[in-house]
Amino acid sequence: MALSVDSALHRWRRLGARSPAQSLSESTPLLFSVRDKPKLNLNKWRIVFPNNGRQWKDWKQASTFYSGNRIQTTKYTWFTFLPQNLFEQFHRLGNLYFFFLVVLNLFPRVEVFHREITMLPLIVVLFASMIKDAVEEYRKYQFDKTINFSKTRVYDKEEHAYVERCWKDVRVGDFVQLQCNETIPADILLLYSSDQNGICHLETANLDGETNLKQRQVMMGFSSQNTFFEPEFFQSTIICEVPNNDLNKFKGYMEQPNHERVGFNIESLLLRGCTIRNTEVAIGIVIYAGHETKAMLNNNGPRYKRSKIERRINMDIFLCVGLLFVMCLVGAIGHGIWTGNFSEHPSYDVPDENGNFLSPVLAGFYMFLTMIILLQVLIPISLYVSIELVKLGQIFLIHNDIDLYDEEADLTIQCRALNITEDLGQIQYIFSDKTGTLTENKMVFRRCTVDGIEFSHQENAKRLETHKELDLADEDFAKLQRFTLPPTNIERPATYKQRTMRPLRRCQSARAHFQGHTRNRSLGRRDSNQSQVAFSSTIEKDVTPDNRLLRRVREAALQTETLSSFIHTKTSTTLTDFFLALAICNTVLVSTATEPRQRVTVPPSIKPSGITLEKIHQMFQRLKLASLSQSFSSSQSSSDLGASFSAKNTEEHLAALDCCDNDDVCCASSRGDEFQGKCSTDIGSASLDEVFKSVTSSSLPTDFCYEAESPDEAALVYAAQAYNFTLVSRTPEQVTVRLPQGTLMTFNILYTLGFDSVRKRMSVVVRHPLTKEIVVYTKGADSVIMDLLEDSAKDDISAEKRMKRIKEKTQKHLDCYARDGLRTLCIAKKVLNEDDFQKWANFRREAEAAIDNRDELLMETAQHLETKLTLLGATGIEDRLQDGVPDAIAALREAGIQIWVLTGDKQETAVNIAYSCKLLNQRDTLFTINTANKETCESLLNLTLEEVRKNYEVEKPQRKFFGIIPTSFSASEAPSPEFGLVIDGQTLNVIFQGGLEEKFLALTKHCRSVLCCRSTPLQKSMVVKLVRRQLKVMTLSIGDGANDVSMIQAADVGIGISGQEGMQAVMASDFAISRFKHLKKLLLVHGHWCYARLAKMVIYFFYKNVSYVNLLFWYQFFCGFSGSTMIDYWQMIFFNLLFTSTPPLLFGVLDRDVSADTLLALPELYKNGQNSEIYKPSTFIITMLDAFYQSLICFFVPYLTYKDSDIDVFSFGNPINTISLLTILLHQALEMKTWTLFQLVTMIGSVVFYLVFSLIYNAACVVCNPPTNPYWIMEKQLSDPTFYLLCLITPVIALLPRFFIFALRGTFGASLILKAQQLDKLPKEQKDLEIQKLRLRKQTTSGAPVASSASNDDLDQNASHLCASPFLHPAAAAGSHGDTESQGLSASEVNPPRKRTPEEGYYFFNRWAEEEYTATDSSTRPCSGHYPLVPSRVTTPGQDGGKLTKDNAKNFNHGSHQRSASAVTL
Amino acid sequence: MKNNTSFLPQEGQARPSRCPDNSAFKQQKLPGWKPQLTVATVLSSFFLTGAFCLSVGVCLILSTNSVREIQIDYSDKCSGCSKLRENSSNWNKECHCSVNFTLKEDILGDVFMYYGLQNFYQNHRRYVISRSDAQLLGQNVNIQKSSCAPFTTYRNGTPMAPCGAIANSMFNDTIDLFYNLNSSVIQVPLLRTGNSWWTDKNVKFRNPKSYNLSSAFAGTARPPYWQKPVYLLDEEDERNNGYINDDFIIWMRVSAFATFRNLYRRVSRIRQFADGLPAGNYTFHISYNFPVTKFKGRKHVILSTVVWSGGNNPFLGIAYVVSGTAATLTGFVITAVHLKLRKKKTYFQK
Repeated sequence: MALSVDSALHRWRRLGARSPAQSLSESTPLLFSVRDKPKLNLNKWRIVFPNNGRQWKDWKQASTFYSGNRIQTTKYTWFTFLPQNLFEQFHRLGNLYFFFLVVLNLFPRVEVFHREITMLPLIVVLFASMIKDAVEEYRKYQFDKTINFSKTRVYDKEEHAYVERCWKDVRVGDFVQLQCNETIPADILLLYSSDQNGICHLETANLDGETNLKQRQVMMGFSSQNTFFEPEFFQSTIICEVPNNDLNKFKGYMEQPNHERVGFNIESLLLRGCTIRNTEVAIGIVIYAGHETKAMLNNNGPRYKRSKIERRINMDIFLCVGLLFVMCLVGAIGHGIWTGNFSEHPSYDVPDENGNFLSPVLAGFYMFLTMIILLQVLIPISLYVSIELVKLGQIFLIHNDIDLYDEEADLTIQCRALNITEDLGQIQYIFSDKTGTLTENKMVFRRCTVDGIEFSHQENAKRLETHKELDLADEDFAKLQRFTLPPTNIERPATYKQRTMRPLRRCQSARAHFQGHTRNRSLGRRDSNQSQVAFSSTIEKDVTPDNRLLRRVREAALQTETLSSFIHTKTSTTLTDFFLALAICNTVLVSTATEPRQRVTVPPSIKPSGITLEKIHQMFQRLKLASLSQSFSSSQSSSDLGASFSAKNTEEHLAALDCCDNDDVCCASSRGDEFQGKCSTDIGSASLDEVFKSVTSSSLPTDFCYEAESPDEAALVYAAQAYNFTLVSRTPEQVTVRLPQGTLMTFNILYTLGFDSVRKRMSVVVRHPLTKEIVVYTKGADSVIMDLLEDSAKDDISAEKRMKRIKEKTQKHLDCYARDGLRTLCIAKKVLNEDDFQKWANFRREAEAAIDNRDELLMETAQHLETKLTLLGATGIEDRLQDGVPDAIAALREAGIQIWVLTGDKQETAVNIAYSCKLLNQRDTLFTINTANKETCESLLNLTLEEVRKNYEVEKPQRKFFGIIPTSFSASEAPSPEFGLVIDGQTLNVIFQGGLEEKFLALTKHCRSVLCCRSTPLQKSMVVKLVRRQLKVMTLSIGDGANDVSMIQAADVGIGISGQEGMQAVMASDFAISRFKHLKKLLLVHGHWCYARLAKMVIYFFYKNVSYVNLLFWYQFFCGFSGSTMIDYWQMIFFNLLFTSTPPLLFGVLDRDVSADTLLALPELYKNGQNSEIYKPSTFIITMLDAFYQSLICFFVPYLTYKDSDIDVFSFGNPINTISLLTILLHQALEMKTWTLFQLVTMIGSVVFYLVFSLIYNAACVVCNPPTNPYWIMEKQLSDPTFYLLCLITPVIALLPRFFIFALRGTFGASLILKAQQLDKLPKEQKDLEIQKLRLRKQTTSGAPVASSASNDDLDQNASHLCASPFLHPAAAAGSHGDTESQGLSASEVNPPRKRTPEEGYYFFNRWAEEEYTATDSSTRPCSGHYPLVPSRVTTPGQDGGKLTKDNAKNFNHGSHQRSASAVTL
Repeated sequence: MKNNTSFLPQEGQARPSRCPDNSAFKQQKLPGWKPQLTVATVLSSFFLTGAFCLSVGVCLILSTNSVREIQIDYSDKCSGCSKLRENSSNWNKECHCSVNFTLKEDILGDVFMYYGLQNFYQNHRRYVISRSDAQLLGQNVNIQKSSCAPFTTYRNGTPMAPCGAIANSMFNDTIDLFYNLNSSVIQVPLLRTGNSWWTDKNVKFRNPKSYNLSSAFAGTARPPYWQKPVYLLDEEDERNNGYINDDFIIWMRVSAFATFRNLYRRVSRIRQFADGLPAGNYTFHISYNFPVTKFKGRKHVILSTVVWSGGNNPFLGIAYVVSGTAATLTGFVITAVHLKLRKKKTYFQK
């Protein structure tokens, strides 16, 4: 036995000890020969032996090195809690300070209080923190316990069966059997799945919040699929990476007994915490357990940040330390002098125990220390504790705000960082991501271009419009319901449901299906109508097909019917291919409405291929009949028919191309209509329609649901479905598509090359079932795909020309789409011949088995395949703006916050989104800087800066001269042309590397908004850091995706949008909200409140401590600086701890200086926090002075009253204590803006508590507190009228100045906050009116235009024309002028105040990226005379707007300008 | 830590919606009173405060004015004695002196006799703590542990009773008041008891339990500065002897300031003195024991009456009057400002 163990150990060691040198030196691990084992290093690799009968010895050895599955998130154990906790607590500076005081107090010479008394604060603080920690620990412990004792089924080698075990007993190497809906206990390598394809479905909601199903697959080549998996026969060793926290990467291989290696990756790993779905049984071997699982390694604690106020506090505490030092010094020197005055020691100067006296200097020194103890409260340590408590309260309230609750996602705001609430009220810059943050990230198929022909999908656009309205109506309804119904069960009105094409929505059925199970969390989400990630909303699902395209598709379908005759026109196949690619080239999961989550894997009833052909024939027969019998006039044979179609098609096609060439209007919808007309008359579509209808209705009437990893994939599949290319089922091997003809076509998937952000594309390799060709369908970003297209067909010139033309056309359309704010994707295909494919497949297989640089190899193989593509077409997907975004942005901007958009998207898309969300105004001048050259960049920056500055100078006199502008309400209304800056990632790089940051920032300071396009995550964070550091401003980043993480972390406040693109952004954020619009309330209301509350509370705390401690200090002047106190120690300690602690805390949590409504209505109130108006150095000093004044009053009024009387020390202290309590509380009462019952009760309660406590304490204690025995003092005082007289007059005198200043401030009516407070008192209507007035006045004075909703409206109207209008080339402008004119007029009808004349509208210089334009069109340079130095320069709209505008230059009027842009591109 | 929760195996019933309660508290919509500084409230508060303070102040000043007080500094009037006391070795030598004074008018009502000390820092930190309350409560405690040091025991170990610097430095002049009526000298009857707080006398200070006082204090010694042991403080009145001697109790209540007075005697209102002290010539006979020259102090003897608002210190009344005036004036200022600004547009009107 021992021997065998030894040998096992030896073997294991041998495996482990081998150095990795060899494997590292190998350039490609693909060349591993089987015999030449790689040498393994345990630091680099993990070796897992299975825990079964055969290999348990190895397992036993190995498993001791790996942590078990027990998790322990607690920091301490029962025994180490006390010492360890204390140790940690003494790391805090405050506690050390207390400790220092306690130690100091141990020396009798300097002792002031009893030791217990000095220790009390320390003990209280330590104890409180300890209890907090202990409770937290206990909860964690309980939680761990629940998890550790959850049950799972583990293979037991003795019983040869799966037995139930606790999670904690699961070891690395164990075989675990999981059933449907079970949670995975550890990171498990999937070895068997009951699914016939070896697939296991996971829901990773626990991990990343995504509810869609993810597939995991039994590792390739490990095929025991058909037989039930038997652990005993498993003899392989698994070698994989050491534990790491990358959730998306995992690699390793399995070494089988015959030394064969099978590679596996993350696709085979079941992650701890996920849930098995749709799979009956899955078996796997545990790879990582417990804390080594990826989920646990990803599990970070909450973040700790220091807020701006806290930084200020720390500064002020240093001031307090300085003050303390000065005061102690005064005491020390005073005492020294006082002692030195005596030639002989008087009887009240008590010697020490040995009867010796100290020298004055030494006495002074000791007195210094004594004074530190005495005046310790000056350093408001309690402040830190209070701040933490207050912030907890604030977070509680923020968390519970119903306005920040998102019904759809059933999510409230998450506050992850607990201590930066008040930073929300001081934000000056917002950096926002675009996709998913400003937009919904709900992708809607909008339009497409196939083979160079644009299909504008007008009907679809209309549908989207109506949907928008519907959404709004729906929202109102939801709002109504919110208060009447529990929100989870809101059923949408039936009428609405009926309106959508497919009434039976996924959500309802999903609920029914899963009621028996435990789908609680995701259920809540799914209930709501617009459901999340996995389940597309109706708006995404229903694509109204473009008639023209639909017709073409049908024609094409007819042609494919006639495959037998192989009339193979380009267009038809391109169309078919295009939609096939849309349907196939993705990783969408299919499920049906009736059986959600039961994936459709086998197409029901009809078997592919064989029957398909029959079916085609059948259908074709029917078609023929139908055509003949009805209006189809021609009696040609079917093949002829196809031919004629194709001929027509090509003709049309060419015609379209020519048209496009002629006038550069790429989205000529009117022409499209013409075509339609032509087509319909020629073809007689009615019959066709009928045929198709009958066909489609006959087969597979089910409604499919698509679950996609990214929403645009689903959008494309739905789009394909709209054209009757329905994705019916999908397995890793096969994908079935129902063609328009109704036939089912099943493609064998040979490879799927997934999407990654480097390649920016994905591909599927399929074998065409009919032609047996191997086809690669690729879908990706246009910039990438366009470069990968086949250069030119060598064979014939016309085809080459045609290809080139198509490419150009498509590119043009793509640019259009981008300008339209659409997301573009290019679809391309490639046909491979068998040999090439086999070659490539081998290469690929090797890459898959590689371990070392597998990712690079895979990438390489992918890139190898994706070349020489043939362009099929492109799609434009609309990413709709989230609702409330323009409103929120307008409000935030009015609040004085600069908003920047940092996006990875294209410039055009970003600019358009910026316009539509009111980030840019139509009247703004837009500067664009795109350059890769440092010098040009610098000169451009200089130039732009100069321009901007000039404009600012020009503006001022203009205001005087053009006093009367008819457009607007008051005099000074020439709205200064605001500036927008658009900059791309490349330029940013130049700026960062070339040290141009300062110029850049100087420019941006003048700009209304800044857009950074095409920026990488790193650049995003660099921009944020740059602004934050250089401008010293408070920044906030908001984003939703993994690419925003670095930016979120770089900013002072990071906000994640939850629910759209996984949880990375949320994990990195301080606050997680579900919609952008919530930011408005979060900042304007909660931010303002939190800031105001906390700032006031902090100042109050400083005041409180200083004013109280100073009482003791003043007394030193009357007791020979001997460190005496006149207040009983306990009453003194409790003063801070009990009597005056609750009101400020409550004040910090509950006070509302201005009501939420007013704060939202007057965003300008936010500037209060932005400028730190409540807590700034001057306020601090004023408060300190006030504290000194008040303490002087509180001390000297009683002093003068009792002077020369027979008052004793503590009878003198008692009224002082009482008076200062009253003063301090009344001071608070003056500060408090809202008195609710809570405040009233605590306020009165504090006084009552003080009195009761004092009475009891003074009556109960005869000897308990020896030197300062306060026996019966309070009682005696209460029977003395002088006491009452004092208590009345002193607070009055103390607070009179403050009250006076408050009154004056109110009288002079300066601050907006005060006005807002006054507004709050008005009744609703009057308040609205006043707010309106106030805003008007603000507008006129500041000139900051509040973007009217009208501008947004006419933008929407523009949307359909957008390609034609705003970014026009000067040459093209003439052509489309009529269009814009009518546009402008119609808009002016809608909105009289913003009247504009056509002459003044839309002059544009577009020198975007397309260099060729600048090369060919000299017309863009007519006006360079103005700035001869620079070839392409900034153009101010109107002034030098070229020939077209020169005529109108005299009428030029800034105020009435349309959107204008100056672009500088080099 | 946070997302730990999500690893809980999802079992059990469906989780309720996470929608927050729509309660007034959680939505921060609690009804609240928002105090507003409007013209009306501000002005009324200023004027009301002013009026109130003025009236109270006037009452106080009037009542303080009715207090009669006479204060006689006798620290130099017995110059021989003060010289004698400078040398502490003369502690057991007696020294007497008398101080004459004339009352121009009667002092009616209860007349209190105080002794006053100047520059005697009874509130010194080390002095204040130098006592043992437990000992004074008659408990047999180990005073070594108390803060009495160095006045705890003599070198031979005999504990001091009472211990501590306060007790040790007790004021030990005796002052008698004589009324010179037509060359006959009548001793003004003075009450030695009832001058201290009732609770002090009956609760806080207790003599050790024994059959008589001297046995109770057996084994202890008087403090070094004392001339006689504690059980001989008042030989005439058993209930005013030992720790519960009124003079002692009053001394032990340490004074708040360096200049202070302590109640010494009250004039017993009998015979000629039934209405107080009649006008005439008086003499203080002082047994001068307490040295003050060491700390440049002075000693006074004070005769005074009291009213409901205290002694003759007019400060409180003045404070009321001044602040009342200030409040009223401020009120006028604000009225002026208000009237001036009301015409301007910028001033936001209620």
